[in-house]
Parts: sequence; C-alpha cells; structure tokens
Amino acid sequence: MWFKAPESCNCIEPQLPADELLVKYQYISDFFIALAYFSIPLELIYFVKKSAVFPYRWVLVQFGAFIVLCGATHLINLWTFTIHTRTVAMVMTAAKVLTAVVSCITALMLVHIIPDLLSVKTRELFLKNKAAELDREMGLIRTQEETGRHVRMLTHEIRSTLDRHTILKTTLIELGRTLALEECALWMPTRTGLELQLAYTLRQQNPVGYTVPIHLPVINQVFSSNRAVKISPNCPVARLRPHTGKYMPGEVVAVRVPLLNLSNFQIYDWPEVSTRSYALMVLMLPSDSARQWHVHELELVEVVADQVAVALSHAAILEESMRARNMLMEQNVALDLARREAETAIHARNDFLAVMNHEMRTPMHAIIALSSLLQETELTAEQRLMVETILKSSNLLATLINDVLDLSQLEDGSLQLETTTFSLHAVFREVLSLIKPVASVKKLSLTLHLASDLPAYAVGDDKRLMQTILNVVGNAVKFSKEGSISISAVVAKPDSFKDARIPEFHPVPSDSHFYLRVQVKDSGSGINPQDIPKLFTKFAQSQAVTTKGPAGSGLGLAICRRFVNLMEGHIWIESEGIGKGCTVTFIVRLGIPDRSNESKLAFAPKVLGNHVTTNFGGLKVLVMDDNGVNRSVTKGLLLHLGCDVTTAGSSEECLRIISPEHRMVFMDVCTGLDGYELAIRIQEKFKKRQDRPLIVALTGNTNKVTKENCMRVGMDGLILKPVSVDKMRGVLSELLEHRVLFEAI
Amino acid sequence: MDVLQLQRKLREHQAAMIREGFLDDQFSQLQKLQDESSPDFVIEVVKMFFDDSENLLNNMTRALGQVPVDFKQVDAHVHQYKGSSASVGAARVKNVCATFRNFCEAQNLEGCVRCLQQLQHEYSLLKNNLQYLFRLQEEIQAAGGSIPTIE
Repeated sequence: MWFKAPESCNCIEPQLPADELLVKYQYISDFFIALAYFSIPLELIYFVKKSAVFPYRWVLVQFGAFIVLCGATHLINLWTFTIHTRTVAMVMTAAKVLTAVVSCITALMLVHIIPDLLSVKTRELFLKNKAAELDREMGLIRTQEETGRHVRMLTHEIRSTLDRHTILKTTLIELGRTLALEECALWMPTRTGLELQLAYTLRQQNPVGYTVPIHLPVINQVFSSNRAVKISPNCPVARLRPHTGKYMPGEVVAVRVPLLNLSNFQIYDWPEVSTRSYALMVLMLPSDSARQWHVHELELVEVVADQVAVALSHAAILEESMRARNMLMEQNVALDLARREAETAIHARNDFLAVMNHEMRTPMHAIIALSSLLQETELTAEQRLMVETILKSSNLLATLINDVLDLSQLEDGSLQLETTTFSLHAVFREVLSLIKPVASVKKLSLTLHLASDLPAYAVGDDKRLMQTILNVVGNAVKFSKEGSISISAVVAKPDSFKDARIPEFHPVPSDSHFYLRVQVKDSGSGINPQDIPKLFTKFAQSQAVTTKGPAGSGLGLAICRRFVNLMEGHIWIESEGIGKGCTVTFIVRLGIPDRSNESKLAFAPKVLGNHVTTNFGGLKVLVMDDNGVNRSVTKGLLLHLGCDVTTAGSSEECLRIISPEHRMVFMDVCTGLDGYELAIRIQEKFKKRQDRPLIVALTGNTNKVTKENCMRVGMDGLILKPVSVDKMRGVLSELLEHRVLFEAI
Repeated sequence: MDVLQLQRKLREHQAAMIREGFLDDQFSQLQKLQDESSPDFVIEVVKMFFDDSENLLNNMTRALGQVPVDFKQVDAHVHQYKGSSASVGAARVKNVCATFRNFCEAQNLEGCVRCLQQLQHEYSLLKNNLQYLFRLQEEIQAAGGSIPTIE
C-alpha cells in the first residue's frame, strides 16, 4: 500500500485500482513493445542503408515515425501505471495524438503503396519466367547448332569423295560416330527393283547378301515420307545381328535415300517424285541404353540422307561420264584401227591391181603373141588344132583379165575418160573391119549406116567408145546364128529423148556437144523380155544362151553400161522375145571439136599416110638433154634422118645457143622442172610465135600430169621415149605439117 | 676363123643377148642409125654409156654409204641411169633401175643396197657381153666382112 500524499500533489490517479499481477504484466509488455517499436525502425534503417535499391524512402521515414511514436506511446504508458504528474499525462496525450495522426497518414499512404509493391512482385515473377524460357531456347539453339555442325562435318566427309563406295561407307561411319549408334545399315535396291539388298553395314565387315522384298508395309511407309521414321527393331530390315542385349534392343529409325538418275534432272524443273528409286538407311541406337531418338537427331539423319543422295548422284554422273569417255576412246581406237586397216586394204588392192595390171597382161600378151607366131609356122593338123585352142583360150583369158581390171577401175571410180579429137568414121570402120571376119564365118551380113549430119570429128574417149561399140556388135554376132546385123549411127535429136524407155534421162544439148545415138539390130536368138534387166549385171548369164551359144564373161555389158554412163549417156536393150532378135541402143555425149582443136589430132603412129618425108634436108634442130648418153642417141637419131643437129647439155647452154634458125627444140623433161622453165624462157626470148622454134618435150613418163604441164607452159609437142627411127620420122613430119603434136598417153 | 663363122657367131650372140633380155629393141634402133656418116655410132654411144654407168654407180655407192642416207639423191642418180640405159636399150639394167627407184621412194635402205649390187652385177654382165660383141665386130671388119644387122 502506498502512502498517499495529501491533496497537495497535483497527481492523477489511475482510474482503476490495479490488480498487482495484471499491472505487472502490462508493465512488462509495454516495455517490450516499446523496445520492439524502437528497434524495428533501427533495423529498417540499417538494412535499407545496406541495400542500394529501395524506392520508397519517404514511406520508410513515415513508417519509422509511426513506429517510433507508437513505441514512445507505449513507453510513456509505463509511467501511467502509478501516480503520475500532470506533465506526464500531457506528454502521454501529446504522444498519443501525434501517433494517431501519423498512423492515419501512414494508413492512407499504404493504400497507394501496397498495390505498387504487389505489382513489383508480379513483374519479378514474370521476369523469372521469361528468363527460364530464354534459357530453354538457348538450349535448343545450342543443340541445333551442334546438329548443324555435325551435318556440315558429315557432308564434308561425304562430299569429299566421288567414289560411290567411299561415300556410303563414310556416311555410315560418320553417322555411327556422331550419333553413337550401335549399328547402321544401308539397303540398296537390286537391279530388278523388286528387292532391297543389304549393301553396307557399319560393324560387319562383309555383309552377306541379305535381301528383303521391297513391298513390305514398313518399307513403303518409310519410302512414302521424306522424314526419318521410327520402325520396330523386329522388322526384317532391322534384324541384322543376333540380339545380344539383355533388355530392350535400341530404338531403330529408318530413312529413305533417294537415288537420283541423270534423267531425273530437267533443266528448269525439280526432279519428279514418281520416277525415283530409293535406298533404305537403317540406324539403331545401342541396346540397353534407354536412349531415345531426339528430334534434332532425326533432323540430322534426314539432312544426311539428302546429302548422301546428292553425293551419290554426283558420283553416278561422274562414273557415267568416265564410262562414256572410255567407251568413246575405245571406239576411237577401234575406228582408227579400222580406218587404217581399210586404208591398208585399199593400198593393198591398188598395189595388187597395179601389179596385176602389168604382170597379168605381160605374160598373156607373150602367150598370145607367141601362139600366133606359132600358128604361122609349119604344123601338123593335130598341132594346129592344139595351137588354135591355146590361142582361143588365151584370147578369152586376156579379155577376161582386161574386163576384170577395167571393171574394178570403173567400180572404184578411178577410171577417167580420155578426151581426144578423133574421127567417128574411123572408129566405126575399125569396128567393122574387126567384126567382119567373124561375121562372114557365121554367114551373117553386116551393114553400117552413118547419118549424113554426123560430125566428121568428135571429142571424147575414142578407145572406150570403140570398146563399147565392139562389145555390143560382138554380142550381136555372138548370139546370132544366122541373119543380118545392122549398125546405125545418128545424131540424137532433142525430141527423141522423150522416150518412155528412159524416163530419168534429161540430156541437155548445147553448142559444143552433141549426142550420138548408135543402134545395133540383130536377128538372132533374142532375149526374153524378163531377162533384160539382168543383162547389165555383172557375171549374170542368161539361161537361154548357155545351152548352145558361147559363154560370155558376163562383164561385157556391165562395162559398156559404165562407159556409157561415164559419157553421160544411156544404154538399153529391146527384144520381142526368144528367137525374135534384139536391138541394143545407146546414146552418148560427145564434144564437137572447134577449129583450133582440130590441129591437135591424136597421133597414131600406124596411120602415117603418104606425105611423110624420109629426109628432112638439113632441118635445124636443137637437142637439150643433160644425160650424155640420151643426148647422143637422140642426136644420132636426128642425124640419121638428115637433120642438122646442135646439142646442149643444160638449160643455160640451150638458151645461149638457140636462134631463130632452129626450127625445133627437143628437150628432155624427165629431170624436174628445168624443162618447163626452159620452155617459158624460150617463149619469152622469141616475141612472135612464128619466129620461135617448136618446143617438143621428150619424156619417159607416161603420166597425165606431165602432159598437162607441157601443155600449160605452152610447149608444142610431147613425145614418149623410147623413140624409134620410124616414130621420129613420123613425129618430124607431123610437127612440120601441123606445128603441134601431143602423143596420147 | 672365117668371116662367115664370125658373122654367124655375131648373129647368135646378138640374138642371145636379146633373148636373155640384156638388150631390147632400142639397141636395134641404135644400130639402124649407124651408117656411112657415123660408122662407129653404136660403139661411141655404148662407150659413153659405160663411162656414165661407172660414174653413176660410184655416186650411188657413195650416196648409200652416207649416214643418214639421202634417198632423194640416190633416186636422182638411179633416174639418170634408167634414162641412159633406156636410151641404149639395156633392158635388164633399166628394169633393175625401176625396182631401185621403188625402194628409194619407200626409203628402204636394205632394198636399195641389194638393188645396187644387182645393178653392178647386171652392168658387168652387159659390159662383158657388149665388149665381146664389139670384138667380134672388129674381127669381122678386120677380116673384110660386113657386120650383119639384126632384124
């Protein structure tokens, strides 16, 4: 019990009489509250000072004030438990009022602040989520980049070779390494396209030729999509090795590898899907590893499959082009060989012909000549018969040889017609004289009719023309047992060309050419009209003839036709039938000689005529030859004929010696171009043609080129060596008369 | 030996030479050119031919002995020889020359050498034969006879 002071102290008594215990607890609690209230702001200040970022300092101050005042209130409350002075009470009241004010302000403040604080929290959460997402994406990108790196590396490996085998092997190895596979296999379609054959594996060295049919549903499934498809480890394509693991075999993925052909690529289009064939690549994860195929791994596999396709097609194209090139090279070599062989064959044939030409004819002529000589001697009848047979057979053989050689020359087109001016009448007369004996023996009458408008001279190949006419007339005589043979020669008129028999023949007459039409009619055994086309074929013999008549070589008409064709003409046979005789007609194109050509007549040494001087009375001639022997011989020859001969051993000497008194110069042109050069120089020396001597070439060269060259340099004549006395006599006569003489070569 | 026998011998010898191919028609032509104005025409020409032959044969031997062989040069010589032999009617020599020229064209050294040997052989044969012929002619003339011509 407190001793109360008398009413003198200005104190305030607590309202309620305090219970001792309760008061004590209140006292203690108030004390602690005050303590806490004072320490909280201190803590706040301390930690805020520590952290740099705190946006609401003003709030803090307010809050601090509020708490401090609350604390103060509770502290002052401690004094009110006992009697306390009025001052204390006033302080208490002031404190409480202040606290109330501050608290209300704070409360009002918080209404603004708390939503802000809450939103900070939300943003923080949002940012954390974003960070997590970014992290995930980073992870993905990294994975993709790694995949890309693997693909690049794989592609590099695969594309660094053009060998198909290496490409495929490398693919499997690299894939196996990158993806840590247990097994990797490649199935290729077989040639038939109906099966897939195991071509390469990673682990097994030599895959045995497993095959699976191509139309399995699982395979179709893989082929129908360009993605890597997970397949069951138990399907045939995946069951490559005995199952060794204890648990599950690893997951298997299969992907198609397009095999592109060249034909798949069109320039502006992408390859079409329908024409492709595929190979199958099967990849197995290690068993018992619980690994799974990830998306990025599947993508890797797909990309690799495509790259492999491209690499394979490159390799295929290269292989193809190499093969084509090798084939071409081989073909080239073979062609070259064939060409060389052909050339050799042609050379051989030409050589053969050239040799046979000479070698066959010479003995033949010897035989014929000697047999005819033999005929002239005294023989018994038996011997005469034998000799006649020999003669006949050898003549036949000679004709045959000539025919064959001619025809082969005709066949390969190497035959060229000569062009000389000749007398038509002479040709026909000669034919007549040759045939007359045979005809009269067979008692056949022979008539020749030459049209009056036929030119006296013509330009063409007289030898071959004569051969043709002879052949035709000879046939007429051969195949006629009795009757008459008539030969007619006319100039063919343009309207007669519109013969139905010769539809393709369109001759063009002109001023310098005319068409000679020769017709030979006989009343002999005739020919079956059906056999007529065969007559002109080589070696064909008509059946009706061989029974009784003599056998022809079969070549005659073929050769005639060739000659006629070469002379731009046409030949045909008409017959009404067996026993009704037949008519052979041919038309050939001959040239009309103009005035200047007439002087260059073909020189036939036999036809000398009567106007040949035997002695040339001091005719001044010059002989140029660098060969001493030849010079002497020619000089002797000319001396013998009465000429006044000067000789020169070289071109220079010749030019020095030559004078207008010399009527002729004989020069040897065997040795190179000296002769031609000399001819030109001589012509230069003498301005007028009348003054200069005639320049005549002597040569042993039976070569058309030589003749052409002589004509080209303006020589007046050409004579072939060897020259006999008679020949030289004729030559001199001819030259003196016509001032030109080119011997036929 | 009397003239007739000599003449017969000459005739036979000439016929034999023609038969064997040593001489051909050209030789007879040469003989035809022999007359009063040139009584030794044939002998002169033949002598010239012998000189020419020896020259040419030497040239050919030298040309073939060179290394490398100039076939064109050899061919030129052979051509000359062919011309001369043709002019006097030395048929066999001329033929060998023809073959020789082929070998020259083909640049076949072995063939050329063979031909050269053949040429020398033919030439010596011809020379002997002609010299015998001329000796017979001289003997006939010395004995007062005339030289029979070949037909």
